[in-house]
Amino acid sequence: MNAYQEFKIIGSRPIRPDGLDKVTGRARYGADLNMQGQLYGHVVRSPHAHAVIQSIDCSKALAMEGVLAVMTGDDLVKPGNEMLGSGEGAMALKDLVPMVMSQGKVLFHSQAVAAVAATSPELAAEASEAVEVAYEVLPVVTDLHKALAADAPILHDDRFPDGYPDEPTNLATHISLTVGDPDAAFEKADVVIEQTYSVPMCHQGYIEPHACVARADAAGRVDLWCCTQGHFAVRHYTSAVTGIDAGKIKVTASEIGGGFGGKTTVYLEPLAVVLAQKSGRPVKMVMDRGDVFRATGPAPGAETKVKLGATCDGKLVAADVECLMDSGAYNGNPAGIPAFMATACYKLKDARSTGRSVYTNKPKIHAYRAPSIPQVTLGVELAITELAAELGIDPIEFRLMNAVEEGDANMMGASYKRIGLRECLEVARNHGHYKSAVAEGAGRGVAMGYWINAGMQSSATLNVIADGHVSILTGSPDIGGSRASMALMASEVLGIPFEHIHPQVAATDSVGHTDVTGGSRTTLATGQAVIQAAEQCVAEMCRRAAAEWEVEPGLVSWSQGAAHYGDQSLTFEDLAGRAGAMGGPLTFSTSLTSTSTAPGFGVHICDAEVDKETGRTTITRYTAIQDAGKAIHPDYVEGQMQGGAVQGIGWALNEEYLYSDEGALENPGFLDYRIPVASDLPFINAVIVEVPNPLHPFGVKGVGEVPIVPPMPAIAEAVYQSTGVRFRDLPLNPPKILAALANS
Amino acid sequence: MAVQEFVSPTSLSEAQQAVGDGTASSWLAGGTDLLVGIRLGARDPARVIDLKQIPELTAIQVDETAVRIGAAASAFDVLHNSDVPSQFPGLAEALNLIGSTQITGRCSAGGNLCNASPAADSIPALIANGAKCRILGPDGERTLAVEDFVVGPNQNALASSELLIELILPRPTPGTSDAYLRLTPRTEMDIAVAGAGVSITMDESGECTAARIAIGAVAPTALLVEAAAEALMGSQLDQTAIDAAVAAVRAAARPICDKRGTAEYRIHVVGVLASRALANARARIKKAHS
Repeated sequence: MNAYQEFKIIGSRPIRPDGLDKVTGRARYGADLNMQGQLYGHVVRSPHAHAVIQSIDCSKALAMEGVLAVMTGDDLVKPGNEMLGSGEGAMALKDLVPMVMSQGKVLFHSQAVAAVAATSPELAAEASEAVEVAYEVLPVVTDLHKALAADAPILHDDRFPDGYPDEPTNLATHISLTVGDPDAAFEKADVVIEQTYSVPMCHQGYIEPHACVARADAAGRVDLWCCTQGHFAVRHYTSAVTGIDAGKIKVTASEIGGGFGGKTTVYLEPLAVVLAQKSGRPVKMVMDRGDVFRATGPAPGAETKVKLGATCDGKLVAADVECLMDSGAYNGNPAGIPAFMATACYKLKDARSTGRSVYTNKPKIHAYRAPSIPQVTLGVELAITELAAELGIDPIEFRLMNAVEEGDANMMGASYKRIGLRECLEVARNHGHYKSAVAEGAGRGVAMGYWINAGMQSSATLNVIADGHVSILTGSPDIGGSRASMALMASEVLGIPFEHIHPQVAATDSVGHTDVTGGSRTTLATGQAVIQAAEQCVAEMCRRAAAEWEVEPGLVSWSQGAAHYGDQSLTFEDLAGRAGAMGGPLTFSTSLTSTSTAPGFGVHICDAEVDKETGRTTITRYTAIQDAGKAIHPDYVEGQMQGGAVQGIGWALNEEYLYSDEGALENPGFLDYRIPVASDLPFINAVIVEVPNPLHPFGVKGVGEVPIVPPMPAIAEAVYQSTGVRFRDLPLNPPKILAALANS
Repeated sequence: MAVQEFVSPTSLSEAQQAVGDGTASSWLAGGTDLLVGIRLGARDPARVIDLKQIPELTAIQVDETAVRIGAAASAFDVLHNSDVPSQFPGLAEALNLIGSTQITGRCSAGGNLCNASPAADSIPALIANGAKCRILGPDGERTLAVEDFVVGPNQNALASSELLIELILPRPTPGTSDAYLRLTPRTEMDIAVAGAGVSITMDESGECTAARIAIGAVAPTALLVEAAAEALMGSQLDQTAIDAAVAAVRAAARPICDKRGTAEYRIHVVGVLASRALANARARIKKAHS
């Protein structure tokens, strides 16, 4: 039972507080801050994908007039086996430092090896060319299977995954989970599907490149401004990489032009800090687009073997899923999620899932929207659809027959509480899109998806201003309209107008610790902190009104923005204006570790038409259905659903990292790394389903990540239905489709 | 080296003066290729000479015999402030495909031609329409067919101090129309994997009396495929004639394999595009006849 059952303003669609600045170009993003006297940092990057650094000579660069500082990996800490963070955000320091700057060895093309700071960007670029680096070039491996071959060049001769202690290998992690007895269960199956599916490495494709400005004061304290999904994480990681006490670092998050998980770590920030300390001047650094593609963490490419068994009556009885994922040059831990969550949508008593990840000479992978699940879901959902076809059962019906519901356990042994998967499938089955005839020459695909959704730590501070307005400080960078959602939630509890609430993203030393905006957690967890702060404010205002009226506080009620007792009332504005005389400033801070998270589920329906003469695919109709628990601001829930679908469409059709034999990225720009443009897309119809999350006061469930999970299998199935040829390896670009049609 | 000097002449003679012997100078029209090239380090001019303040270079003129497009006239002006789209719908299709709406606001047909990308969209459409280049140099003017202007990937026939002034397209005769099609994975902001521009003339009996077919992105330069035109001449544009033209197009194509497509794919698709462009041009003629 949710604490709030009826809503006055939750679910409405007011204009976001940050909207006007964004559409008029006034909003300040990472590269928009300039400090007086600032220098410009430039990174020297490796032209080799695998090499030992024999020497670095910065003397000629440093001798240039206007060059005030140079640095190398020697200026960063030497990591041992320290772990940073915990739970979902856990990362080894030795996997973070080399993504900022290499130390002794480079393992991917364009890895940072040195940096310079100079009085102009042009001079900094020129000086970086004067840094002399001697390399001993080593053989390169970029292919997953070649990396596991006996003769593969070994990236780390000092790392041994669990269970492989004897000789060095490029296997980074190996995780396997079994419930029941899948091998015996397959014996009972009437139909078994066994296929292999693959997805290429791709990039989050955020439009704003990484950018920051750092300044150090005379006492060694650091002020850092940057574009990030989590400035507390930036503080933590910058401290760990540079050795500067976290307490001496203040980080302010700028507006953010996209992140999708890719901005939950640091690349330039520690370099700008070190250069600022060395030079005594502020240092600004802006990554160019090519380096964003070449040297920041993309999403892993993966190959998934799926074996599913079902009985003739449509019951899924066994599953065995094995996912091989690219980790890039360091351990990005992509393999756990497939092992834990590959079959999370299905009732299965007998199942095995395995995740393995492999080191290759590519940048270390990083989070991308529901990390690792879209890759494995491509295989599972296409296999489910193939199984339904074998059994002669409608694909939505087959999913309804096997979809998890409240009380079912997942591979991790936890039982689902109130989830909305079946509701989404029922909406899909009854939707006009699914009921409509497929256009001549086109095909239709359906797929569903799961994401665990994070909770984690959040804080909020609510300050009541004397005129009855309220400022709300949170530590969650607003990446998808969260300030509007925070204001709506505060408005709901306080009963004052949305426009009187002024939500802000506060710097690290102005609000309590808050984890990254990621894991679809911000509206849920930071929202809950805001709700609690607002509830404290109401309680205090009732207490003050009670004191004024000399009655028990419990007799005072709060509604419509005022305290009431009998026929007496005191409005929020009255109490705000008289705060000084009634007990002092009204400030309420809350911090929490959220335990209210609930998993998200979605179902997508896609119509696609393939031009059989050119192999080119057009997405002609698209419907995304998702359980949001309770949509606080439906525009931004729909926006998440549409954006996730679009990113999935891009990954399905054209996005792909292309590497040369030497390990250089061949398409490091949006011209040849083809994210979809507006004219490539139909209207993405978003249908919000609301099955309230019983653990959250407003019933909220995270919504940001699920929508990238179903698109790839939905599109691949639609392409099959349009062409009659099954595609199991993405992307489905025109040359690949035409070649397959010619061979069929 | 960074750009040291930016000059903005207001007449052709000032432009000639500014360029001198042409060493280390680049002409700037819309800059949609030049500025990107400078940023990537592929171009390194010390002097950039802007052409947009020279009235002759941004004018679009139509007279009895020809349409003249100033070399620096923006694609947007050609598309929205001239008779070009009604006279040459195929050329308009090609210009409209360059980059995006924002890019067409800056880029020019002249710049697209001078940049001489094998995949340039406007070049096959210009060749199909028999466009000529009017070129000014220190010793006076000369004229060159567009198909002879591009000599290799990103190489044109201009001497270092020469300037492309305008493109001259003969007015289409009655019963003539053109069309351009390209294949890109995306709908815009993309580079042609293959492209085909056609111009055909049909008399009232439906016989093809003139044809020019040009293909792009399938050879170091855009190609005028005369054999394809010959296959159509005298025909009713029946399937046999179209098939022969498509075969000639595919025979002429000699593409490379790269990240944008395999040679095999390009050869196949350029034939599909030529066939479809012919159908579009024919439909336009029929619409004009009816």
